[in-house]
Amino acid sequence: MNAPDNLRYQQSHEWIGTDDGPVPVGITDHAQDELSDVVYVELPEVGATISKGDPVAVVESVKAASDIYTPVSGTITEVNTALEESPGLINSDPYGDGWIFKLEVNDREEFASLMGAATYSGQVG
Amino acid sequence: MVPFAGWEMPVQFAGILPEHRSVREAVGVFDISHMGQLFVEGEGAGEWLDSMLTNNLATLGDGEGQYSLMLNDRGGVIDDLIVYRVSQNRFFLVVNASMRDADIAWLGEHLSSGVDLIDSSAHFAAVAVQGPKALAVYEALHNELGLPPLPARNGIAMDRNDTTLVCRTGYTGEDGYEIFFPATDAESFYNPLLEAVTDAGGQPCGLGARDSLRLEMGYPLNGSDLSPELTPLQSGLGFFCKLDAAPFIGREVLVDQKENGLPTRLAAIRIVGKSPPPRPHYPILAAGQEVGELCSGVLSPTLGQGIGMAYLPTPLWKVGTELEIEIRGRRFPAHVVKKPFAKG
Repeated sequence: MNAPDNLRYQQSHEWIGTDDGPVPVGITDHAQDELSDVVYVELPEVGATISKGDPVAVVESVKAASDIYTPVSGTITEVNTALEESPGLINSDPYGDGWIFKLEVNDREEFASLMGAATYSGQVG
Repeated sequence: MVPFAGWEMPVQFAGILPEHRSVREAVGVFDISHMGQLFVEGEGAGEWLDSMLTNNLATLGDGEGQYSLMLNDRGGVIDDLIVYRVSQNRFFLVVNASMRDADIAWLGEHLSSGVDLIDSSAHFAAVAVQGPKALAVYEALHNELGLPPLPARNGIAMDRNDTTLVCRTGYTGEDGYEIFFPATDAESFYNPLLEAVTDAGGQPCGLGARDSLRLEMGYPLNGSDLSPELTPLQSGLGFFCKLDAAPFIGREVLVDQKENGLPTRLAAIRIVGKSPPPRPHYPILAAGQEVGELCSGVLSPTLGQGIGMAYLPTPLWKVGTELEIEIRGRRFPAHVVKKPFAKG
């Protein structure tokens, strides 16, 4: 299973970027594999303010619909509209072109509650 | 893997979409060992079965089969099944895994003297091979596996030793067959079959693709689309209920419904444009009012659009009726269409 070192992870299988400025959020390689072919993504609204743990998007495969929870609080600055036409990007490139939304983070301290790549990889084993 | 009627069943192997496509375009193999297999044998077996099932069994010759329904006293569906006439006094029934015990109990309760009901479900493993290349797979394999010549559509053939049955039926809308063989031989049977399927450009398929394939054809699934509280006329299966042939349990209710009208009918519904995949129990609205809920739903891999089935008040049951399907508080336009949704 693939989990890049420069990202942070949470139990419900979302990842978040750690660079300065708005950071992307998506689902992990493990999550996309469990879901199988993603056929629909319900994106949040740009400008929405969201709190850590809120369900903000929905990723659906043929077999199930999964809520996507934001790993930290903030304001949504951008959504990945390419997923409307090509939801399969989540399967083919979960940490790249398959990002779901970007977030202006309120408080970087909240990252402390998230897992690093090694811990997350250990959890999903 | 998911639990299904006491079995551990694969939802998917490579993925529901590629599996679905491989059945539409090449060939797929499904493990259907969970399905129930019953034999009904003895003097008068045919006449008795005809009194238990809605279709007209008297029209079957040896080696022929038909889709039929078993109803309760209220005309509601206990199970839908395929019955094959092996010989004059010997019939083979393939029933739903989830209803096998109920079917056996109901048939047993009404059994006529001189007729035997034999549950062979534990004896048989079974596979369904479906798709445009299913026949080529049969050609390549039948000698090696000792299979009888492939029967005609809806027909049944047995090998010389009476241990393996081949039925030219399926649940996908594609040509193909179902093979019932001793469970003790499962591996030696399945492995060469899987190899032949793979050689033909196919793959193993799970319950997920089985559901999307059958729903594209508008085939009902018992437990989702059929119910002991609804008659097969309401479910759009009137063709399989021969009211002018031998009487069967539940017939009076159907005759009465036919004269006085059906309160609700199963409609095929297609979402217009893009939407999340429709799923069972999503509410359906007409003119802003809730009028029912989906009993089956899927994003059709062939059409790339949401399709589903729902019982609607009869006045709304006509092609073109405009509806909305509510998904997580949002409403998506849909309309009633003709079955099948996609061509097999």
